[in-house]
Amino acid sequence: MAQTLTLSTLTFDGAWVLLRQPMLRVPGVDKFVPTESISASDQADRQRSAWMAAAQSGDQRAYTRLLGDSVALIRAVARRQGVPVDALDDVVQETLLTVHRVRHTFDPSRSYDAWLSAIASRRAVDALRSHGRRDRREVRDELAIDQHADRDDASTGAEREQEAQRLRKAIETLPPGQREAVEQLGLKERSLAEAAEQTGRNTGALKVNLHRALKSLRDRLHGES
Amino acid sequence: MSDAPRHDALIDALGEELTPVRRLPPPWLRTLGWLAVVAVMAAVLFWRYGADTMLHRWHAAPDLGLAAFGAVTTAITAALAAFALSVPGRSTRWAWLPVPSAVLWIGASGLGCLRAHIPGMAVLDMREANHCLIFIVSFSIPLSGLLIWLLRRACPLRPVLTAVVVGLASAAASASLLEICHNVDAAASDLVMHALAVAIVVTANLVMGGRLLSRA
Repeated sequence: MAQTLTLSTLTFDGAWVLLRQPMLRVPGVDKFVPTESISASDQADRQRSAWMAAAQSGDQRAYTRLLGDSVALIRAVARRQGVPVDALDDVVQETLLTVHRVRHTFDPSRSYDAWLSAIASRRAVDALRSHGRRDRREVRDELAIDQHADRDDASTGAEREQEAQRLRKAIETLPPGQREAVEQLGLKERSLAEAAEQTGRNTGALKVNLHRALKSLRDRLHGES
Repeated sequence: MSDAPRHDALIDALGEELTPVRRLPPPWLRTLGWLAVVAVMAAVLFWRYGADTMLHRWHAAPDLGLAAFGAVTTAITAALAAFALSVPGRSTRWAWLPVPSAVLWIGASGLGCLRAHIPGMAVLDMREANHCLIFIVSFSIPLSGLLIWLLRRACPLRPVLTAVVVGLASAAASASLLEICHNVDAAASDLVMHALAVAIVVTANLVMGGRLLSRA
């Protein structure tokens, strides 16, 4: 039984190397791993699981250490998925925000690395898709410029006005905190400190709200077109 | 890393925002919660229709009993698979869990059309078959809705796959409930209606649920 499980769960690269080494079942981890590597990567994984468990009960220090520690892993996952270097940081940020939002779904008896990798790999796929969309649009735009060299200025103006209208409408539908952040930081171009003074919120909350607002605006506007 | 400070700012901000959270219960426990609602619906139907007709059908045609067993098992395994799939890091192989019981359910229902009819029991006509379709679809809507609402509390990273499994769970649960108040023998038209109902429910979930779950 143990042997068949071992074979069927080894689907990652280099499985043949691992097959030659003695195997051990790690508690809480759904796969068999070679005894030699347990001390290093699995202990780190268990440490991260413990930090997340502490974070779930509100331990800020454990949480910031954990997130700091997660950045390298997220980058590695994104790179493996083929995310271009200039987009890696976007994936890191999106993943960190998702981790924050769904931290209650983590089960401390299981691997933190597996949980994080699943989220990071999803965000990497999202990033690749939005890159693909942008590239396709750029190609279409070039064709449009070739075919309509003298574009009617009035219609361009109308189009822009329509786009601005759509953006304004999308901003109006944001939750109050996010709308406030966009208005203060994006539209009125205030500094973080000024915006914090104006709204009575701390700069951390403003930053998070702005980031979320930009994400949902991006999703909404890209999703529509 | 040149961008490290940017992440530090976000990490600090998230740290400041941190509040204690209630951990999500394990998938099997959440599955029991959803099944409890199905059980309440079943209890109401039993109270209204009794179990005699159902038992008579199963006694006269054991394949119908087998199909019902397949439907109930599919509802349970598909719900469990949906809850497991909605937790990051769980294997996508969970999606295979309801497949054997779904094959039993559909296979046994199909065989039902090949044998002789149960003596003394009406064969389904088109009006009755329509009734089945409406029953399954209308029971599936609240059951799917409830499942999707519960799943949104988790983090379904594969919304489309999860939505298909949700559709299967609710269609199977509805078909199981229909079993209680079904007073006709199975026929080809019945099977077609069942298949159509299941297809409608699964497709509707695929289209709607994928979108509803992806924002979760």
